[in-house]
Amino acid sequence: MISKNREYQTVSKVSGPLIVIDDVTGAAYGEVVSITLPDGERRLGQVLEAQSSRAVVQVFGGTRDLDTETTSVRFTGKTLHIPVSEEMLGRVLNGIGEPVDGGDPVIPETVRDIHGFTINPYSRDFPRDFIETGVSTIDVMNTLVRGQKLPIFSGAGLPHNLLAAQITRQARVPGREEDFAVVFGAMGITHEEAEFFINDFQETGAFSRTVLFLNLADDPVIERIVTPRLALTTAEYLAFDLGMHVLVILSDMTNYCEALREIAAAREEVPGRRGYPGYMYTDLASLYERAGRVKEKPGSITQMPILTMPDDDITHPIPDLTGYITEGQIVLSRELHRKGIYPPVDVLPCLSRLMQGGIGPERTREDHPDVNNQLYSAYAQARKILSLVAVVGEEGLSVSDRAFLAFGDRFEQAFIRQGQAQRSIGESLDEAWQLLALLPEGELKRINPDMIARYHPAHRREEHGAEDSP
Amino acid sequence: MKIQGTITRITGPVVMAAGMAGSRMYELVKVGDEQLIGEIIGLDRDTATIQVYEETAGITAGTPVTGTGLPLSAELGPGLLGTIFDGTQRPLRSIEEEAGFCITKGIHLPSLDRTAAWEFEPAVAAGTTVEPGDVIGSIPETGVITHRIMVPPGWRGTIREIAEPGRYRIEEEIATLETRRGPLGIRMLQQWPVRRPRPYSERLEPSVPLISGQRVIDTFFPIAKGGTASVPGPFGSGKTVVQQQLAKWVDADIIVYVGCGERGNEMADVLREFPELDDPRTGEPLLKRTVLIANTSNMPVAAREASVYTGITIAEYYRDMGYDVALMADSTSRWAEAMREISGRLEEMPGEEGYPAYLASRLAEFYERAGRITTLGKEKRTGSVSIIGAVSPQGGDFSEPVTQNTLRIVKVFWALDAELAYRRHFPAIDWLESYSLYLDAVRTWWHKHAGDDWDLLRVRMMNTLQKESELEEIVQLVGSDVLPENDRLVMLMAEMIRESYLVQNAFHAVDTFCSPAKQYAMMKTILAFHEFAEKGISRGGTVDAVATLPVRTRIARMGSIPDAGLDAEMRAISEEMASQFASFAAPDATGGKEGPGA
Repeated sequence: MISKNREYQTVSKVSGPLIVIDDVTGAAYGEVVSITLPDGERRLGQVLEAQSSRAVVQVFGGTRDLDTETTSVRFTGKTLHIPVSEEMLGRVLNGIGEPVDGGDPVIPETVRDIHGFTINPYSRDFPRDFIETGVSTIDVMNTLVRGQKLPIFSGAGLPHNLLAAQITRQARVPGREEDFAVVFGAMGITHEEAEFFINDFQETGAFSRTVLFLNLADDPVIERIVTPRLALTTAEYLAFDLGMHVLVILSDMTNYCEALREIAAAREEVPGRRGYPGYMYTDLASLYERAGRVKEKPGSITQMPILTMPDDDITHPIPDLTGYITEGQIVLSRELHRKGIYPPVDVLPCLSRLMQGGIGPERTREDHPDVNNQLYSAYAQARKILSLVAVVGEEGLSVSDRAFLAFGDRFEQAFIRQGQAQRSIGESLDEAWQLLALLPEGELKRINPDMIARYHPAHRREEHGAEDSP
Repeated sequence: MKIQGTITRITGPVVMAAGMAGSRMYELVKVGDEQLIGEIIGLDRDTATIQVYEETAGITAGTPVTGTGLPLSAELGPGLLGTIFDGTQRPLRSIEEEAGFCITKGIHLPSLDRTAAWEFEPAVAAGTTVEPGDVIGSIPETGVITHRIMVPPGWRGTIREIAEPGRYRIEEEIATLETRRGPLGIRMLQQWPVRRPRPYSERLEPSVPLISGQRVIDTFFPIAKGGTASVPGPFGSGKTVVQQQLAKWVDADIIVYVGCGERGNEMADVLREFPELDDPRTGEPLLKRTVLIANTSNMPVAAREASVYTGITIAEYYRDMGYDVALMADSTSRWAEAMREISGRLEEMPGEEGYPAYLASRLAEFYERAGRITTLGKEKRTGSVSIIGAVSPQGGDFSEPVTQNTLRIVKVFWALDAELAYRRHFPAIDWLESYSLYLDAVRTWWHKHAGDDWDLLRVRMMNTLQKESELEEIVQLVGSDVLPENDRLVMLMAEMIRESYLVQNAFHAVDTFCSPAKQYAMMKTILAFHEFAEKGISRGGTVDAVATLPVRTRIARMGSIPDAGLDAEMRAISEEMASQFASFAAPDATGGKEGPGA
């Protein structure tokens, strides 16, 4: 076992966020240390590398004012744990889990390892419960289900926070009112952004069901490594111990990855692509995979990480590795944003991998899968024709090409653009049919003829006409 | 005498231990007080470098490391099928029973159930002389698959005793073999070191296609039994769906599905779906012929590295019984990244993009374990292992090292394209980029099982698609209205091929699997339409008129015709086609004027 309470004053090196301590015996990998600075200030740290007589420690709160003479380091014999409790709902904590809302310290019901646990893949329950977000582009075309991890890929200056707040406000599972909670982990976002979320949660009454972990832009970078883990550990407690449906929002994952890179550089590790460490995939997976449902447990964790793509580049390592782990992505578009369309969701690169299990008869509506397929293929076609028009003008277009153009325009202006309004899944699908009606019926190849007969506005009118006339 | 050393350094999944003199490379060791499983991956005098298959947080320098004297091995025997393992072959269902929904550290359970009794039927009598690979008895493992108990490689002699028919547990001796080294007991449970390929007698040319029921694969870029294929694609291009479709529908006897560093929810999906889906050939649930290995991305990285070896060893074992086995590895990039991560922790000199210099040779070694072979033993059974590896190139860039090194080895390349995926053209296999080197090998099979003109039809369709891409460049510059009618017809036909043949809906009950006969019939129909249209246009018809023929809608929905009604529906389509083109070709009728539903 790890022997407890060993204190050393043998700091031999300070480099960036790391310190090296010599003549240490029995240091454990991942062990927490408490560091006392010359002026008596205390900081926490964690062992990154343990050797027989040496330990490399990352210091939360930064290494400012540390020295190699008098700084003392106490090894606690524990890995990083966080006290968790239902009382945390409605509280605001900092990036390492200390209350910053002026309230009392959280009285723990239990203490949990912040690295959580590996859910046995065999014990996972496949997520199938449709979450209605009230946003057409998500509900119809990139359906979110409970237990999914669906990130928002955004860019600097795009309204991702507005969208995240709107989803938090509107999300519900139709026909069911169950215990829900929101856990918000902020990494390096500004005071203003944090205020926005707090105010929005307060106005909509969600605040009392929310736990906020705030590592703001001017807080120590190194703490960002811990913040999402605290948020997820809390979420796991709420979901799997207390049976709540938890939505976890992590913003901004780009800042988290930058912190990861900073530590890797300080440790002089072999860099991978663009200087990010080679284990970034594994590290991100250890966060994102903490979403899901477990058989015979009522609760669930749904994750919505937000990241800003550097230079709007979706192939940048951060969105790239994220996309390989998460079950899809919602991509925001600068072009749509410039056109004044909100939410500026660029549907083509968007994806929800779990939607097939969550839609269709008994879940949303029987025409949903076909309508979704058709919308995608038609909008892609419209965009292709639009790029052609830029070269050759509209004269060369056939009648059906023009229909597609009209469809594409209406799709952006009516379907994507919905503002802050909430649409039920039925309303969203009906809106989709209004658009599809702009196309010749022969072009609706992805839709089953039965569905066309039942839902196409032209046929519906006939039906209704027939009903009215007798 | 077991070797025992002490830990001197811990960094992530890599541990160094001193005092390990006498240990062997790739030996299994138990690390720390919690006895975590690790494998020696480097030796320097008495210091061993160990990769640990479990989370190392909390492991302390100075605690012991104990050698086991054994390499990392897979347990082989009845009970593999229908079971889900982690990367080091720990049974995940038993772990759940033991520890609940999370995998607790240091949990050790035998891979195969020691308590289950299996119905054994001897195949040889006492006194028979046997050699490695000879079958001494069999067990109905799942009702679909007969498990054959073979004499392990390296063992030969005379059967002194063999068990009567009856129920036995896997650790019981079912036969005694009199060898030169003395008597040896044969049990149903056997072991094999995962990093060493299992021996076979002879390699055969792959000449039988591995039918997948996916049109774009079977028709355009087929894979042969015993072949290797790679599916690279950016995220969201449908790699996993392609892999799962193949796992569901390929006509192999056994499927080994390795989820290597991928999503937990996806494995949950496979586990939910496979017991429900029936094998189209046997009518039994797919799970009864499937072995699942799940090492999700949040499970320890070293175990991810081991998972592909565990998978291929199990695949080879069934191959040796004389079965056709298909192994899907999703994704080999995660495996390569695990290598990179371990290599980085060892501070090895990095090769391209930080991957270790031995990346190419490791990939080659793995894919070389595929093949169609005759087995050891007197019977000379034929078996095969086909490998289909997904690759997840960073940023969708195929020039990265894992994709490039894989392409140098595999014979089939299914390039997934993000643009196609955005248009919801699934499977998003790019028909111009992809290739298969098995076309010649499988041609004879198709001629025999579909029709003599199979490759002709294939080439004609491919030509149309290729012509389309050339024409598209012109259209991009000057617009489509300047194209002559016959070129516009090519564009129309290419669209038809794409929309009604290449696109296949994995989530549609019927369309998800397309039999070879149906593929052939669909090709015939599309090309018949093409010929009618060419004739019509040569007589002065227009492409716009061809485009509005009602029969096209019916052709577009061919994919959803059930096999039972195939002949009737295809005949009906060709009659409708003939009649619509008959009126079309008449001088005055310009087509498109027929009433709807004509």
